[in-house]
Amino acid sequence: MSEQTATLFPSTATTPGGVSIELEGVTKNYEGQAVPAVENFTMRIEPGELVMFVGPSGCGKTTTMKMINRIIEPTSGSIRIDGREVLGLDPNELRRHIGYVIQQIGLFPHMTIAENIGTVPRLLGWSKERVNARVEELLDTVQLEPAQFADRYPRQLSGGQQQRVGVARALAADPPVMLMDEPFGATDPITRERLQQEFLRLQAEIGKTIIFVTHDFEEAVRLGDRIAVLSERSQIEQFDTPARILAAPANDYVKSFIGSGAALKRLALMPLADTTLAPLAGAPGKRPTVPRTGTLRDALDLLVVTGADAVDVVDEAGAPLGSLSHADVSANLAGIGMPAGTGMPAGAGMPAGTGMPAGASIGETSPGAAG
Amino acid sequence: MSVQSALVAPDLRRPARSGQRWKAFLVPGIVLLFGLVVWAWVQSLTLDSIEQRTLNAGYITDRVREHLVLSILAAVMVAVLAIPTGILVHRSNSRTLRSVVLGLANIGQATPAVGVVILLAIIWQTGFLTALIALVIYAFLPVLRNTLIGLAEVDPAVRESAMGMGMTPNQVLRRIELPLASPVILAGLRTALVFAVGVATIATFINAGGLGDMIVNGLKLQRFPVLLVGAGLVAAIAILIDWAAGLVEDRVKPRGL
Repeated sequence: MSEQTATLFPSTATTPGGVSIELEGVTKNYEGQAVPAVENFTMRIEPGELVMFVGPSGCGKTTTMKMINRIIEPTSGSIRIDGREVLGLDPNELRRHIGYVIQQIGLFPHMTIAENIGTVPRLLGWSKERVNARVEELLDTVQLEPAQFADRYPRQLSGGQQQRVGVARALAADPPVMLMDEPFGATDPITRERLQQEFLRLQAEIGKTIIFVTHDFEEAVRLGDRIAVLSERSQIEQFDTPARILAAPANDYVKSFIGSGAALKRLALMPLADTTLAPLAGAPGKRPTVPRTGTLRDALDLLVVTGADAVDVVDEAGAPLGSLSHADVSANLAGIGMPAGTGMPAGAGMPAGTGMPAGASIGETSPGAAG
Repeated sequence: MSVQSALVAPDLRRPARSGQRWKAFLVPGIVLLFGLVVWAWVQSLTLDSIEQRTLNAGYITDRVREHLVLSILAAVMVAVLAIPTGILVHRSNSRTLRSVVLGLANIGQATPAVGVVILLAIIWQTGFLTALIALVIYAFLPVLRNTLIGLAEVDPAVRESAMGMGMTPNQVLRRIELPLASPVILAGLRTALVFAVGVATIATFINAGGLGDMIVNGLKLQRFPVLLVGAGLVAAIAILIDWAAGLVEDRVKPRGL
């Protein structure tokens, strides 16, 4: 059994992390319905990529995702994971190698947290010791103290804790692919943001190939390597990185999905570490400072709040690296999406601190502010 | 010092337990008390020859044994037959079949037990076997119904996540659905067992023994003490069996629910 486990997806034997997923002409027709739920869906997802499916309720995004682990059987088309056609595999064996997280979490209420997390490893026939060690490791990974939580039952946990257990359970057998159906949808905004941050940190470590379904575009922008904006029948309206979708939405449908404040959303995606800074002018220490680990949005936020002409970006030790004015922020925003090299260094063409109103420049670059 | 630790330690771990312990023995205590009162009362009477023939340890033990054998055997057979049938109907995924079975189950519960017992005796034969089968028929449908409902009530998200993790349909049934449905199924069995104890009284009409003998004799011969002891014993057995089944239910029920 473990022999088969190791070879279900060939690349997992040699490289940890994710594998590719290819969907080709995948269609789902439900009997008695004139219009297919999913029509001719084709997409290639690279190993280790976190792809967000965004679309309104009933657009078929969840159906598309559930065809990958064959919870829903496609009517036609081909689905390959790591080059292997999944429609030819035993569905149960396939599902044991794909992590699956759903919004309602679906923890088994009559099993302890440890038993819940150990489910797939036990199905795969791991030894008791190996399962226990893995459970402990995973509880640590999702920041739940094993000694405290392992023997509890799901209903003794808060919603956020349950969702962490859900993620840990999906990761238990170290599957190269994870399918997540609005996993954080039912949590309150504060818990949600914490879970998202933890999830990003986790993904940076494990590098799984993840398909993440959400109807929340903000969430898609925050988490995704690439976003697929889907409309009726799971048609792909645009499939690109968050920055490029925000900078150049393909059509009105995508624009309407982005909603207002696209420029602000883009700024939040631009780390200060990658930003072109203006040289320091005047005496440092007079201006407000923002750490290099933040984003352009943090810098703009500080500009607006303090009313200063410019803010200094500082490194971890607090040494200033350069400064940013409103105009510099705008210039950086304009530089995104251009071919590499043409982005003008901020401050070269524009004198720092000309005091251009931020709202005006952002208004100009914001595509389709109508929400 | 040791008194203090003995008192405090269990309280910290299971605060609810000490409160439940005396309650667990409340029911048998009351039954025992009533039994003693009735016994003392019968002792104070001068019994005539008819009463003496019935109100003695040997006769009563025989009737109680017959009664218990009949009702417990019926409940066991119901468990063995109705639960698997419920599982099969559930697994068939056929809405029509489900509705038909649930409808039948509801009709079955409305049918008077006396009718089932007598009709079966008329068309077949009298005796223990007929009484047993009549009881099984009568208690079958409620257990079937509870099995179906218990399985249907399992949270679809739990079922989907079990399936999504690669459990086969049989594994989903054994590891997820049945444990989660077990409280409802057990409640059905408990009802069936108590039903069976009550309905087994009717077995006397088709010559299958049990405590019904005492009740009918007491009525026909107008011997009130005989009637009262017989009826009281049936009630006591039903209550005690329900109590015992409740204890078993608490033990067997999966934790965490």
